[in-house]
Amino acid sequence: MVPLGYEYMWKAMWVSALVGAVCAFLSAYLMLKGWSLMGDALGHSIVPGVAAAYIIGAPFAVGAFFAGILASLGMAFVKQHSRLREDAIIGLVFTTLFALGLLMASLWPTSVSIQTIVLGNILAIPDEDATQVAVIAVVSFAVMAFIWKDLMVTFFDETHAKSIGINTRLLKIVFFTLLSACTVAALQTVGACLVIAMVVTPGATAYLLTDRFGLLVLIAIAFGALTSFVGAYLSYFVDGATGGVIVTLQTVLFLIAFYFAPKHGVLAARRKRQAVVEAAAETRAGAAA
Amino acid sequence: MGALDLLSRDEAPVREASITVRDLSVTYPNGFTAVRDASFSLGPGTICALVGVNGSGKSTIFKAIMGFVKPSAGEVRLCGLPVDQAVGDNIVAYVPQSEDVDWNFPVLVETVVMMGRYGHMNFLRVPSRTDRRKVDEALERVGMSAYRKRQIGELSGGQKKRVFLARALAQEGRIILLDEPFTGIDVTTEAAIIDLLRDLRASGHLMLVSTHNLGTVPDYCDQVVLLNRTVLAAGPTEKVFTPKNLERTFGGVLRNFELGGRELHDDDDARKVTVITDDERPLVFYGDAPPQKHDRDRPE
Ligand SMILES: Nc1ncnc2c1ncn2[C@@H]1O[C@H](COP(=O)(O)OP(=O)(O)OP(=O)(O)O)[C@@H](O)[C@H]1O
Ligand SMILES: [Mg+2]
Repeated sequence: MVPLGYEYMWKAMWVSALVGAVCAFLSAYLMLKGWSLMGDALGHSIVPGVAAAYIIGAPFAVGAFFAGILASLGMAFVKQHSRLREDAIIGLVFTTLFALGLLMASLWPTSVSIQTIVLGNILAIPDEDATQVAVIAVVSFAVMAFIWKDLMVTFFDETHAKSIGINTRLLKIVFFTLLSACTVAALQTVGACLVIAMVVTPGATAYLLTDRFGLLVLIAIAFGALTSFVGAYLSYFVDGATGGVIVTLQTVLFLIAFYFAPKHGVLAARRKRQAVVEAAAETRAGAAA
Repeated sequence: MGALDLLSRDEAPVREASITVRDLSVTYPNGFTAVRDASFSLGPGTICALVGVNGSGKSTIFKAIMGFVKPSAGEVRLCGLPVDQAVGDNIVAYVPQSEDVDWNFPVLVETVVMMGRYGHMNFLRVPSRTDRRKVDEALERVGMSAYRKRQIGELSGGQKKRVFLARALAQEGRIILLDEPFTGIDVTTEAAIIDLLRDLRASGHLMLVSTHNLGTVPDYCDQVVLLNRTVLAAGPTEKVFTPKNLERTFGGVLRNFELGGRELHDDDDARKVTVITDDERPLVFYGDAPPQKHDRDRPE
């Protein structure tokens, strides 16, 4: 148990777990709405914000956050004023911002290591960044804990949500703001490419296990936190590829659920078919006797 | 919101249910005016039928009453309040013609019905014992108690419809808007729901129900609004729901036939029978008398 002796190891594990938990919370909604690619989109949209932050000397997270908000509000705006489908809008907005980011990075070369943005490295995170990430995660989690039921109604049945006086537009803006903030946080633990896994896989796994939304959220959060905590620890042994390890763990859990889930799993479906066939055979045998 | 505001809300007397639609016009973004200069008003303890052909603007009127489409002219008031305020105060329950929901969403039937109670809970939406009881009762009333643990997508079309009705009942709005609640619903459930509407009427609720089942309208509706892109007639059923008015409302669309006195039966009763049908449930007039109430639904 070598690495547990180091303080930075504990810090990395706790921060990862916080980020994993809040991303998993958001994933419960994203994957249900078919917005899974939104996580990917935001991860890429953030690049121009990061580049701009370096150019003007602002903190990395601030630039990323504003770019994220810009991207999600941009998507919401295009959606409202056109009949384009969500996937087209997401593709349109995020490639635009990503291209802008690359352009900026090539016009004003900076010392920002693209590798850090793309892969993330929680083990090497400076103290003040760790605090920043932890604060983002905790605040987002607290807000979600207050609005999770109203968000559930809004995403399930927006007409009803409006008819009981829920301000659905405000709620969606809050949700996408949190998503942007958490994407920025996840960027530092798992990197831009794997952010999408953080905001999809835990929710998708939990969806296979239950038909109750409340339980789904709990399962997703538990999975997200646990895989991130353990993943950060294991990543010490493979020299820093934290994102890879965390996402691999999440995928393993997903595959287990996919196969063994009691109601929606592959095995359960096969068993049910089998039962029907056997019952039919029995009736036939009974009739013949 | 200040403390004063909270106080005055608590002390405000429970307003009587009412809907006032005044000179309402609704134009959709594509420029089509679906409703023009519609006016009618309804008071507490009423079941009102909203009747008209496809595209006559029934659903549009519901959406305008909920504030989902903005009037291009005129106004709607609920219990004397502007629409947005009434909706915010949880005064209206609404069941749309077709539910635009995500059927794969992981929610159980009972959770969906509980959503009707959210307006009565604090902002954390923690259900109280009363909330749970209301949900049980609502499920019982529509005969869906046995299905309460099913995922919402795992129901038949009619069963889904019943669940959303239960949600509106659990919501206990003083005004209840039902947009074609009986399409795809079997006769037994329809009778049970109509009984329920009568109970709600007795306790002062106001219900506006659009329907194509002309035959059952006189059974349970005391008011009728006839619509064809504007209000053609509105008022008590006996006065408004006449062959002449219906002819005007439906034009040539209705299946409408008359059987003359002598041809029908050879006796002294010279009245003719008029059968009007828009849907599967026909409306029968004996002579020109006001429509008969059917006996089958009425308790002795
Ligand atoms: N979103 C929309 N944009 C443009 N026109 C619309 C829209 N919704 C409805 N309309 C038009 O408005 C008119 C009234 O529609 P509405 O849905 O109110 O009819 P309805 O009386 O409810 O009919 P039905 O009996 O078929 O339910 C129709 O001619 C319809 O084509
Ligand atoms: Mg309609």
